[in-house]
Amino acid sequence: MILRRPFFWIILLIAAGFIYLPLHGNNVSLREDLILIAIAIILASNLNLMIGYTGYVNFGHIVFYGLGGYVGLYLTTVRGWNLVLSALVAGLVVSLCAFLFGLAVLRLRGAYFALATIGILEAVQAFVSNFDPWGRSTGMYLSFESYQPLGGAMRALWITYFLIIAVMALSMILSLAIKNSKFGLGLFAIREDEDAAVVLGVNATVYKAIVYSVSAFLPAIAGALMFYKNGMIDPSIAFEYMLSLEGIVMLMLGGQGSVIGAALGATLYEKLRSYLLTSPALSNFHLVISGGLLLLVVLFAPGGLIGWLYRLMPRARKVIE
Amino acid sequence: MNAILEVRGVSKRFGGLVAVSDVSFSIAEGEIVGLIGPNGAGKTTLFNVVNGVYKANQGTITFAGKDITRCSPDKVVHFGLARTHQVVKPLNDLTVLDNVTVGACFGREYLDLAAARKVASDVLQQVGLGDRAGVMARSLTIAGKKRLEVARALAAKPKLLLLDEVLAGLNPTEVVKMIELVRKIRDSGVSVLMIEHLMQAIMSLSDRIVVLNLGRKLAEGRPDEVVHNSEVVEAYLGFPDKVHEWSRVDKLTRRK
Repeated sequence: MILRRPFFWIILLIAAGFIYLPLHGNNVSLREDLILIAIAIILASNLNLMIGYTGYVNFGHIVFYGLGGYVGLYLTTVRGWNLVLSALVAGLVVSLCAFLFGLAVLRLRGAYFALATIGILEAVQAFVSNFDPWGRSTGMYLSFESYQPLGGAMRALWITYFLIIAVMALSMILSLAIKNSKFGLGLFAIREDEDAAVVLGVNATVYKAIVYSVSAFLPAIAGALMFYKNGMIDPSIAFEYMLSLEGIVMLMLGGQGSVIGAALGATLYEKLRSYLLTSPALSNFHLVISGGLLLLVVLFAPGGLIGWLYRLMPRARKVIE
Repeated sequence: MNAILEVRGVSKRFGGLVAVSDVSFSIAEGEIVGLIGPNGAGKTTLFNVVNGVYKANQGTITFAGKDITRCSPDKVVHFGLARTHQVVKPLNDLTVLDNVTVGACFGREYLDLAAARKVASDVLQQVGLGDRAGVMARSLTIAGKKRLEVARALAAKPKLLLLDEVLAGLNPTEVVKMIELVRKIRDSGVSVLMIEHLMQAIMSLSDRIVVLNLGRKLAEGRPDEVVHNSEVVEAYLGFPDKVHEWSRVDKLTRRK
């Protein structure tokens, strides 16, 4: 079913490009650029399931990424598990946590839900900062030997990169699959009018808890991979509130509710951010510019780049999802 | 005939306000029952209690032999009880077809997406929205949105349909079309409970009428019986001596 959608093949093409380009000529600095973009796409795509599909703004989405990083790093360093298994378990554990959080806070709607998500982020960060097995506020370090099973640091970094690209492709495929499913239609109905959706037969409580938990799975895996690659984690980098907000800017920029919109917004924003951060004149202003950008998008192109494209070419909806 | 819906001694309070008080009635299979009453009589609240949006403080509601008093609205739909809203609730940024597909997907038959699409386009033909299937629901006219409400509820393949003022705000031509549609729905075997202020329409459509006033059931009976009931006339107009005038229903509505 999903194989017949042209956009599925576009996603695979994008992933192939991400793999081929840095591998060609062993371009490590390009790889490091692309890895940031891939992480941004993963975060934005999964955030899109909540904001774009279900209409629930999650300000604390980064908590899944950070928790995934902690569980993953704990399993690889302290328990000595292999990377793939650790990342998968991290994804499952964090998803389960999200499901439980979701049942609790998804009774709230609108601004109250958004506030509760900030609360979850703060609470988890406070917990982790005082949790002994995870090194409290100093965090955890990966010993260099941990890279040995993957054939040394050089190879380990490449392998982690490929895994992250795979997670990126999976994030987009997941978004696409949900968009074209009955589950997705139920989410859209909740986004448009939750009361009406319930009267039409959508079990909103369960649907919301499921999508909240699903939106945690791949970011948690990405977190496990990324912090393994970085070799260290502490609460302030794992639960970086700013990154959570920037995810929302990416979505608004690209076009919430659209699979490619989330990816496009993530790519453009990440590019812009790395340019601003490295430019000597502008580095202190990067958040000012992001804020201004968000304001412009919300005021003049509420559908983001993709919404604008759809208005220019209504037919584009069929191919670009 | 078997009763498809039985409401027994249902009360609903909001704090100190008693919106519905000890109301009982039943609907037989294949029947059209009209629910009328002055503004604020508790008609829509009663609908909300029946389909589970509000929980009754007292009383029981039995639908097709099942006790649904404590069921949530989404469950009630699976059993085969669908409704429309007085204030239309279109899913604005979805197409008309998708709106109706939601109804079919999560309705009594719980169809998968492809089957639901098919049912949805059939229903859209039936309600006369076939040519609007691809447009966004927000761009429909008010008459279109009322039809969409009916279409979504119908797509759930209900055994009983609750219609909340589907005629309000429509022009005379649209009213005639909607009345035809309600008749067609009944003829296809669906029982109907409808709230309506348009007397001419409700009197000609209904097999029986239930009258609410201030949350209580005031009267129940065939349309001509209800129309001649002096308490009903008083509730509406305040003058029992207007019975004579009131009984010539079509004259009254034409003057409106």
